[in-house]
Amino acid sequence: MNTPAPAPLSFRVSSNGGATIATVTGEVDMHTSPRLRAALLDLAAKSSGPLLIDLSACSHMDSSGVGTMVFLKREIERRLRKLYLVGLQPRVRGVFEITNLDRFFNIVRTVEEALTP
Amino acid sequence: MSASTALHLEFSSDPANLPAVRSQMRDWCRTHQWEEKQTGEIVLALDEAITNVIRHGYHGEPGHPILLDAEMVDTPGDGPTAELRLRDFGQQVDPEQICGRDLCDVRPGGLGVHIIRAMTSGIEYRKAEGGGMLAILRKHRDHTAVPDAERRENS
Repeated sequence: MNTPAPAPLSFRVSSNGGATIATVTGEVDMHTSPRLRAALLDLAAKSSGPLLIDLSACSHMDSSGVGTMVFLKREIERRLRKLYLVGLQPRVRGVFEITNLDRFFNIVRTVEEALTP
Repeated sequence: MSASTALHLEFSSDPANLPAVRSQMRDWCRTHQWEEKQTGEIVLALDEAITNVIRHGYHGEPGHPILLDAEMVDTPGDGPTAELRLRDFGQQVDPEQICGRDLCDVRPGGLGVHIIRAMTSGIEYRKAEGGGMLAILRKHRDHTAVPDAERRENS
């Protein structure tokens, strides 16, 4: 195989109603998850209020990505905050269901759903 | 790579290769008319198997060889089946010792083998002649992954 292009993954931060929203675009795997984990943990340390991870533009997530989300949830809850996973594509949601972790996370369809009391 | 039915890839144990391998596997599945959901499951199972090779077989070191062969086979009693053979030359382990962790134990790590088993009809590990491991993933044409909770409710 030829030399591969860098795995496509981008990360954008915004805020809405006191919540911090991290939008993840691209594919999360063994190659990209360490970078994502570092960015999300940094964001967890620097933000306050609920943290929403918008995964609606995340087309692939493997066990390393799921592990990153477990790690992040632990970190957020240690800070007495709430973590939401938003807008998971069926393929990504399936990974959480297969591993029974859909019960462990707050999974919502939209940002508005997470922000509604 | 054969122009007919088989896929053959040789790549190194660099995680940066994963997107390209997934892309070629996805194309192969579409060529063989797997449904989109099943294609995603095959691609994810392969991704996890390669991740395990890099992490455990090669201890995270890049630059070591990995070979992938995929073909459609007709298994008696099971019909058309995708068979993926993943060969590495890393550390050998007892196939009996390869197992996922209990899903009730929520923590990062240890989910890959569980995901592979859910996404495929079965996976077989063998110690390969000359060193390394051979993993054979099979998915029957009528197989789709079932969430763990649903499996437990139906068992």
